[in-house]
Order: sequence, then structure tokens, then C-alpha cells
Amino acid sequence: MSIPVLKFDAVIVGAGGAGLRSAIQLSEAGLKTAVLSKVFPTRSHTVAAQGGVAASLGNSEEDHWHWHMYDTVKGSDWLGDQDAIEFMVRKANECVVELEHYGMPFDRTDNGKIYQRPFGGHMSNFGEKPVRRSCAAADRTGHAMLHAMYQRNVKANTQFFVEWMALDLIRDSEGHVVGVTAMEMETGQVVIFHTRATIFATGGAGRIFYSSTNAFINTGDGLGMAARAGIPLEDMEFWQFHPTGVAGAGVLITEGVRGEGGILRNSSKERFMERYAPNAKDLASRDVVSRAMTTEINEGRGCGVNKDYVLLDITHLDPNTIMKRLPGIREIGLQFAGVDCIKEPLPVVPTCHYQMGGIPTHYSGRVVMPQNGDPNAVVPGFYAAGECACASVHGANRLGTNSLLDLLVFGKSAGDSAVEDLKAGKAHRELPKNAAEQSLARVSAIDNRKGGANVHETRLAMQRTMQAHAGVFRFGDLLKSGVDKILEIEKAARQLEIKDKSMAWNTARTEALEMENLIEVAKATMLSAEARKESRGAHVRDDAPDTPEFPNGRNDAEWLKHTLFNPVDNSISYKPVNMQPLTVETIALKTRSY
Amino acid sequence: MERADYERLRWRCIRRALLELDITLTRFLDTGFDRLSEEEKQVFVELANMEDHELWYWLSGQTECDDPRFAPIVAAIRKS
Repeated sequence: MSIPVLKFDAVIVGAGGAGLRSAIQLSEAGLKTAVLSKVFPTRSHTVAAQGGVAASLGNSEEDHWHWHMYDTVKGSDWLGDQDAIEFMVRKANECVVELEHYGMPFDRTDNGKIYQRPFGGHMSNFGEKPVRRSCAAADRTGHAMLHAMYQRNVKANTQFFVEWMALDLIRDSEGHVVGVTAMEMETGQVVIFHTRATIFATGGAGRIFYSSTNAFINTGDGLGMAARAGIPLEDMEFWQFHPTGVAGAGVLITEGVRGEGGILRNSSKERFMERYAPNAKDLASRDVVSRAMTTEINEGRGCGVNKDYVLLDITHLDPNTIMKRLPGIREIGLQFAGVDCIKEPLPVVPTCHYQMGGIPTHYSGRVVMPQNGDPNAVVPGFYAAGECACASVHGANRLGTNSLLDLLVFGKSAGDSAVEDLKAGKAHRELPKNAAEQSLARVSAIDNRKGGANVHETRLAMQRTMQAHAGVFRFGDLLKSGVDKILEIEKAARQLEIKDKSMAWNTARTEALEMENLIEVAKATMLSAEARKESRGAHVRDDAPDTPEFPNGRNDAEWLKHTLFNPVDNSISYKPVNMQPLTVETIALKTRSY
Repeated sequence: MERADYERLRWRCIRRALLELDITLTRFLDTGFDRLSEEEKQVFVELANMEDHELWYWLSGQTECDDPRFAPIVAAIRKS
């Protein structure tokens, strides 16, 4: 069977913020650049980012990149690489100003500068007092950013392949990446993109959890493809959770609800936060609230048929206050929980929000993996940026507004590195003879299998297992049994069956292909989380509690290291954290407290 | 509506930028779409091509749908 081959200098998989930013670098350098996307670019999940983008412009008050660096290292619970973090915060101003020049409609001060607003964790003078560092475009920062960058790409002649799904990375016998296979959804045709540079900007994989704020599109396609090509995944145990998502839907309920007097209750209507945080109660920090909610559910005091959520009660508040101070919250309850929150409490659970780990990269955007004794050997021809990549700047937990900064800085950096490597003048390497074999075999197996597993049921089993065994607060025994369960579910995920056999617009097939990516991420997460026996950042274990010897349960002597999950044999190895910044002194280890 | 047209529409409803729309539009496809006339279905196709934030503001009632062509279907989705 002959498969069409399209030749490009570079292909970028994903048209969210990171993909569009890197495409600008390549196209403006005159390179023939293709961007593949499952959806129209301005419908990527970057659109959902509201908070803003961090940059120490100092427009509202004095600020410095070194302070931003300190906040990021501290936020990461010292797991972030300090060279990559210094690189990112020092590039922030340039990237934000560039974006402004692309036409991004930032909010402005009276004198016309970019307006900056405060955000949790942004501090001046090395953690001393809050500073206004976040640049935003109303509550549509991500949306405005995508539009500005999409227009710039159109001008630069980037070629978009919209409603195409990338299937597999193509590596030759020497390990060089020479392109990807992809499927055009409209026809079902599989095509080879033969390239000199391949950039993954596929976003996160929050859909591995039952409760996730992520849109359905976040199925970890880049991580799945990297894993199938034998590339390890870094720090996959670290996921940021939000305490209150609508149970069963994941839609975020703002923390303002608790701020206005909302009370969390268990199945016997008890205000359980009084036991966990006698002073702050329902206004305790995110970590404390999430942990308490999980404990209530795990100890059988959850609500509903499956006893798997708690209640957020605002029925005691004046309905006028609810409508005035919490606009939209009643609608969210009605639409996503079938509950009128003026009369009944809302079902809520801790909900996955952001993936800190990913495909290991250097801050130049080049993908790295252990080879011949070097833990960070470059995979030639392969780059990654944004939520799918792990540079690692977020370490064990991400500072708010650093996600949009990450995709700008590392999107640009990956693009620049690809341009630099391509200008070195190497021709296309030869395509392996079996370049499309793996993809064709996967598609054909899904199309033809009889008596296999149902996609929806398998995904649900995975999501429930991840939520119950590797959620926001983790337990040694649950992680252990979670490993067995997820390996069992993996067997089903490798035997998926679909009823629709059509070539054109077969969404059942596309969802099956996505499921094969999700399971790689779920497995990496569960096994990495089980292996890390300390608490750090967003990875909090019941059996690694806060003690004088190990504040917050963090054990630097043993665990100040990055996890590498090797998908080839499900093994785990570790590599050192880079504690050496580029020009300044190391930000020394300290207990993380706010 | 032809199968391929429906499946294309389905993809554009189940893969949005905003989770709120993924859920709302998928639910409507599964529960209310079949009851629409062919003409209404075409209006829904146009609606599904809108930008996510504008569409969500209409569907969540945060702004009133001021386009008479879309208003009935926005109301139907809100009820689904």
C-alpha cells in the first residue's frame, strides 16, 4: 500500500499557543512549515486560559526577573531546573512585548503601558510582598493570544492542516526523528509528513482523570506518540488540582464561592473542614481543602450513590448575594449538576487542572533522553514545547500565569532551535521503509477487531482508577493497587473495538486513537507516583507527612531528582535536578510555605 | 443530514476549546438534535462554528442572544 508523503522543513503538531509561537519562528525564517491540528487553531485549549501571562515588566510597580525566578523555583518546590527557569523569566518581557507587536490587545494603564495585576504567588524582593506581574487581556488572555499569533502565521505563510490527527513519530534506525504520520479526518487517509524538524506542541492530558477542568481535546497525543517511539516521560506524577470542580463534569467552581461563605459538607451534612482547619475552615489553602475532601471520600463519608463527592453548600446565603457576587455560579450548577444552588448544595470533587511533567526537553526546546550515560542527550530532529513538554520550569507545582509564559518562551525557543539546526544545512534524512507501518497497523486493528474493548467504557475505567488511586491526595496502598489496575486497563486499551467502519469522519476511530495515547499517560502517572515515596509540590502522600525532619513530607536527600518513566519496559529511572542557573547563584533549598 | 456532515458537526461539538461547550453541545447532539428540522440543523451547524467564548456566553445566559436566527436554538440548547 502506497502512502502519500508530504515533504516539509518542519512540522508542528498542535496549534495552541506553543505550536503557533514556534511556527512563527520557522515560517518567518523562510522554512516550509506545516502545522497539524485536530481542530481549528483558535479552538485549541489555550483559549480557556484566563489568568494572564507573567512578566516582570515593572509597569505597575518595581519588579525584577530574579524575583520572578525565585517565585517559580519556590512554586516548583525546588524540582524545577534553575537554568531553564532563569531562561524563561529573562525571556518573559521580550516575549510579551513581541506579542503586543503582533496585535495582542493587552489591558493598559492610563499612560498606555501594559497593565499588570496581582496573582497568587507573585512576590517582590524574594518572597517579601505581593507584586503586580500578570499581563492580561480582560478574562480572555489565551483567546486573544491565539488570535494574534494565528494572524501572524497566516501572514508568514504557515501551512495549516486543520482537522488532522498526528498518529506516530517516525524515528530512523539511528534514533533521529524524521517526521510523523497523520490522518486526515475528512477522508481517513494516512499521510507521512517527512521533515527535518518535528515539534510537538500537543498540550496536556488532563482527560486521564475522571474529574478534569480540561476540555475533551486534551488527550496527551504528543506524550502517547513519544512513548510509543521509546522516549521517556518526565515527572508525570505531578498534576495540579483545583479543590472544587463540579462532580462528574469537571467544570470549575471559583474559589470565590468559599470566599463568599460557601461551606463544604460530607454525607452527614457535617461541616468537615472544622476538623481539618479549625481556624481557616473552608477558606484554608487549596492543598488543605483538597486533602480534607479526599479523606472524607476515602473514609466513606462521600455523597451520592458511589459516595465519591462532597457538597458545597451556599443555600444559607441570600439569593441576591449569590446572583450579585457569584454571577454564573447558579447557571453552572443548573447546567452541569442539575442542581439549583440557591436551594440545594453543589456536588464537588478535587479536579485535575494542569500537567507539570511531559516530554523531557532542554530549555532550547530540543527533546532529550538518556543515551550512552548522558541523561540529557538530544534526540536529533525532535523538539517540544508547552504543556506537553517538561523543560522543567514547573517542577512539582506551577506558579499561576507561568503556563502562558511557558508556551510563549519555549514555543519560540523550540522554533529558534529548529531554525538554527536546519540552517546548519542538513538535508532530509531518508525515510525508513516501514515509516507508516506502526500507524497503519494500529488503525487497521481498531477498524477490524471483533470482540474487543469498548472505547467509552475503557476510558471511564481509566479515569475512575486515576481519580481514586492517584488523585490530589495519595496513599501508598492505593497507589500500589492502582498500578495493578491501570496495567489491567492498559490491556483493554490495546484491544479497542469500534462499530463504525467508515473511512470519512469516523469520530469513533479518532476517539479510539486518542484513548491509545491517554493510557500511556495514565500508566506513566500511576507508576511514577507510586515510585516517589516523598511528598513534594502537587504530589502529596499520606505516608510522607509533615515532620520536623521532612517539612511538608519533602525529602531532598533522597528525592531531589526528576523521574523518567521508560515506556518500553515500564521501568523508572531518575536524573538530577539542574540547580545551577545561567548567571546568578543557586536559589538554595528551603521549606516551601506561603 | 448526510452521515459525513453529521460526523463532522459532531467532531466540532465534542472537541471545543472550552469544557463547558464540550459538555453542553455533546448533550444537545445526543438529546435534542434529532428533533430539529433540516433547516434548524443547518442553523445549528453555523452556531457550532462560532467562537467559544461568544457561544458560551449565549448558552450560559451571561449575555442574551440578540440574533433572531440563533435565539430559538440557543433557547432549545439551554433547556436540553
